Amino acid sequence: MTRAIRPRTTPKTGVRDDPASAYDMTASDEGIEQRTLACIVDNEPGVLARVVGLFSGRGYNIESLTVAEIDRNAHQSRITIVTSGTNHVLEQIEQQLLRLVPVAKVIDVTNSSGGIERELALVKVAGKGDARVESLRISEIFRAHVIDTTNESFIFEVTGASQKIDQFVELMRPLGLVEVSRTGVLSIQRGKEKAG
Amino acid sequence: MDGNSKMETQAPKQGLGDQQLTGAEIVLRALADQGVDTIFGYPGGAVLPIYDAIYAQQQVRHILVRHEQGAGHMAEGYARATGKCGVALATSGPGATNMVTPLADALMDSIPMVVFTGQVPTHLIGSDAFQEADTVGITRSCTKHNYLVRDVNDLARTIHEAFYVATHGRPGPVLVDIPKNVQFAKGNYVGPEAIEHRTYHPRTEPQDKRIEEALALMAGAQRPIIYSGGGVINSGPEASQALRALAKATGWPVTSTLMGLGAFPASSPQWLGMVGMHGSFESNNAMHDCDVMLCVGARFDDRVTGRLDAFSPGSKKIHIDIDPSSINKNVRADIPVVADCGKALKALVNGWSKKVGKSPDIKPWWKQIDEWRARKGFAYPNSKKLIKPQYAIERLYELTKDRDTYITTEVGQHQMWAAQFYHFQEPNRWMTSGGLGTMGYGLPAAIGVQAAFPKALVIDIAGDASVQMTMQEMSCAIQHDLPVKIFILNNEWMGMVRQWQQLLHGERYSHSYSDALPDFVKLAEAYGCHGIRCEDPANLDAAIMEMIDTPKPVLFDCRVEKAENCFPMIPSGAAHNEMILGKITGEEIGEAGKMLV
Ligand SMILES: Cc1ncc(C[n+]2csc(CCOP(=O)(O)OP(=O)(O)O)c2C)c(N)n1
Repeated sequence: MTRAIRPRTTPKTGVRDDPASAYDMTASDEGIEQRTLACIVDNEPGVLARVVGLFSGRGYNIESLTVAEIDRNAHQSRITIVTSGTNHVLEQIEQQLLRLVPVAKVIDVTNSSGGIERELALVKVAGKGDARVESLRISEIFRAHVIDTTNESFIFEVTGASQKIDQFVELMRPLGLVEVSRTGVLSIQRGKEKAG
Repeated sequence: MDGNSKMETQAPKQGLGDQQLTGAEIVLRALADQGVDTIFGYPGGAVLPIYDAIYAQQQVRHILVRHEQGAGHMAEGYARATGKCGVALATSGPGATNMVTPLADALMDSIPMVVFTGQVPTHLIGSDAFQEADTVGITRSCTKHNYLVRDVNDLARTIHEAFYVATHGRPGPVLVDIPKNVQFAKGNYVGPEAIEHRTYHPRTEPQDKRIEEALALMAGAQRPIIYSGGGVINSGPEASQALRALAKATGWPVTSTLMGLGAFPASSPQWLGMVGMHGSFESNNAMHDCDVMLCVGARFDDRVTGRLDAFSPGSKKIHIDIDPSSINKNVRADIPVVADCGKALKALVNGWSKKVGKSPDIKPWWKQIDEWRARKGFAYPNSKKLIKPQYAIERLYELTKDRDTYITTEVGQHQMWAAQFYHFQEPNRWMTSGGLGTMGYGLPAAIGVQAAFPKALVIDIAGDASVQMTMQEMSCAIQHDLPVKIFILNNEWMGMVRQWQQLLHGERYSHSYSDALPDFVKLAEAYGCHGIRCEDPANLDAAIMEMIDTPKPVLFDCRVEKAENCFPMIPSGAAHNEMILGKITGEEIGEAGKMLV
């Protein structure tokens, strides 16, 4: 995933010519940036559908999405969404998410805003001879673990920023890449404070 | 994932703890405890246990409709007129899908409403059972929130939570889907006391700092304007009072959106009339030229702003809204104030009298506004031969203004003429479908208002096309003795469509003529209502009086000039100061404008 993070700007005049709608946005548009949002939600039926429906209904991008319960007693889940848009659209996304009744908090956990992002991937590579040795050697450089092996294959577990995983996958491709499974991005704010 | 509802409740106070009620009884008990006196509904297999519970009690009145869409709009009309939460009930499958339009309508116009739908029993969900529909899935994007109740012991809490969510923060429709086996099952009832939502606590108090900033900006304004919206009505009568107090203290001109009419009295010399596409010439020009705009409870909708990049280019904007997502959505606010409109307005009134005291000299601004006013943007050539639709509304207004009157509308030209020529003095007297623009809204909405205020004069200002969308509810009005007056401006056209085709589509009148119209007088009689037809301006007053004096539902077929257009008009894609007053040729509208709706 490529990052095109631009500084967030606030227009000075009351007039804005960028539309509230995200539908006509193209990736080449000026000022498109990526943002990672963590939504703390009540873990109730349909909450994920609400969040996803909001994105599709209003034409927002989802580049990656992960969800799991984080506090059983409090019935809370955390949904991490990587999205992109102009600053205006990104502000709207946060506010629209907060309009959903079961969404308690939305935290900006983008890398550039002090978030630390990780992704985990399982990568299956099949091969023999030199290619097999080479894949193992590269996996060490990436601090990937071998979690399953046969005479002709490995499954690597690799974690890191999304670009690192992209690179790992690209290096494995000529060495017999069979299949990739990725979790999508997780992110959390650096430092000792609880965010939000 | 866990299916429990998220209310924190205390043990019920009056020893109800052990009392086991069926799910259906719980619904009725919860409605009574929520203070609901009227619900609008239609039965079917999946709600029969609830109809049994309705049968067994007297507290909650049930109004039987003729189509579930009618029930939804009635609940909306009831809610808008009373300020309370409207309630509707429908069966599963087609009953629920018929309810989708009113839900979307209520979501757009922020109307508090709780809708109950029956669902097939839980063990059949997902099996394509008879009259099964994924109601929570279908209505997810047209409700503020919705629930499928799987366990009877969650039912009471869920219903109370539904009322809480519908009425707190920005109001909206909430749907509760109840499988039939849950309606039969016995479970515990809990009351609404001490119930609070775990996470949903919208902010209502304005931040002091924001109020200070707003006052500082207001203090220097030389060309100010107050732009108020439906949020002021939703916030309750106190908000309208505060708006009036602020206008009085500042001497500022006031305009409002379609949804906000009545919050500020139209009789005030400070009233500029409605803003927007068919608003007044003076309000649109004042919005364009102002230096400080105080937007309260409005959302810079495209019908209001016209071309966004030319919208009020020289002004600083204060935006008060209870929904943070409304702020900075279409127009950047210089001072955002997230708060209940009434509370924020009161804070501004207090701050103004304490800090600002004397208002800056805005006499030159008023002089400019008076010049715009003198252009008389709503003037129209009257006729002795034909009833002009504008004249019909003017007469209707004159003959009903001193009565206890409520006005609803359908959607089209008649709706705009009603907004222009019927002058509202008080909030909650005007119900119209603004955001969704739903033809067929007005007739059932009028029935809902009449159910709340049986003695009032409730008039649906209708178009001949719109009224046929929910016409069957005349039967409901007769059954329940709800003497609504349906005042049809009959131009034999889908007038607003015809106007756009004339102006934007080369006069190609494709399918906009209401051919084969029924004889509305005979139709009225068939329903057991009173029918009146009037085609002569000389007889109009007498005919309107006959309508008012008839103690039962009336269908009034007011034959008006067929080709009249609605002016003034900001053509699509144009700016406020490009408003067209009398005649429009279509040349004014650019290619980009034609793309817009
Ligand atoms: C349910 C629905 N369908 C279509 C439209 C599009 N539409 C807007 S106004 C209009 C014509 C309304 O005609 P009529 O009720 O006769 O009112 P008039 O404009 O003549 O006053 C139509 C078809 C709508 N608003 N709602």
